[in-house]
Amino acid sequence: MTLIDLANPTRFLSLTARLLPWLAAATTALLLIGLYQSAVAPDDYQQGATVKIMFVHVPNAWLSMLVWGVMSLAALGTLVWRHPLADVAAKAAAPIGAAFTFLALVTGSLWGRPMWGTYWEWDARLTSVLILFLMYLGLIALWRAVEDPSRAARAAAILTLVGAINLPIIKFSVDWWNTLHQPASVMRLGGPSLDRAFLIPLLVMAVAFSLLFVTLHLAAMRNEILRRRVRSLQMMQASQRSV
Amino acid sequence: MPLGPYASFIVTSYALAIAVVLILVLWIALDHRRQKERLRELEAGGVTRRSGRGVADIR
Repeated sequence: MTLIDLANPTRFLSLTARLLPWLAAATTALLLIGLYQSAVAPDDYQQGATVKIMFVHVPNAWLSMLVWGVMSLAALGTLVWRHPLADVAAKAAAPIGAAFTFLALVTGSLWGRPMWGTYWEWDARLTSVLILFLMYLGLIALWRAVEDPSRAARAAAILTLVGAINLPIIKFSVDWWNTLHQPASVMRLGGPSLDRAFLIPLLVMAVAFSLLFVTLHLAAMRNEILRRRVRSLQMMQASQRSV
Repeated sequence: MPLGPYASFIVTSYALAIAVVLILVLWIALDHRRQKERLRELEAGGVTRRSGRGVADIR
């Protein structure tokens, strides 16, 4: 099945109906394994048990950026290829991305208090992630403010592509500026600096949260297609009544 | 599993993550039910799609 085949919403709905139960089961299983591995992971020699916060904080932080990346591809799909499901994908991803970013900010704050002695610091990494969260909220507000989805789609796509400038700023903020936030310890040149005892549960949780995103995103896209069908039927009904 | 002096920070982080994920799942599931219900109501009122496919075709 190609991307063109998926341009047909009915075909997309039948595909999601077949995929979603399997994806949901795989996500649940992997999340349970990840949670177990996080629970039994050893304490860090410096941080003690607070290192366990990393297993929820880091996957959410990665996904906060990945979801915006997916939305940026969808924005290109809307503006360049005019794929009928591109704006559906972008709209459905925004609340999920906002939730991941919220969790990255709050769990980071809860990790920062015992380790740094403060919940918040206006350093480059924390501030750029906060800006990402505000951009998610702005996009959600834009989708809700414009009633016609096709008009909202173009404005949202432009805003998404402009906002994508923030992604490299977030990624490299710890290298470009002096920050309280530590530099990258997994996705770095020379390989991860984390011990296997922490790296494996972290990667399991990262894959589990990524699968969670795929599952929720497909389900939210299915809902958005149905919402648009409801809208077009309501418009048909209104025009029939006015004749 | 002793969590040390910062147990409340660790437990709050995990509880919050679980709560937010559950809220997302619940919100999406309820939204799906609501959209199908609205489609069913419209079809019951005689408004159908040109393709003739109805809400019964959607799982």
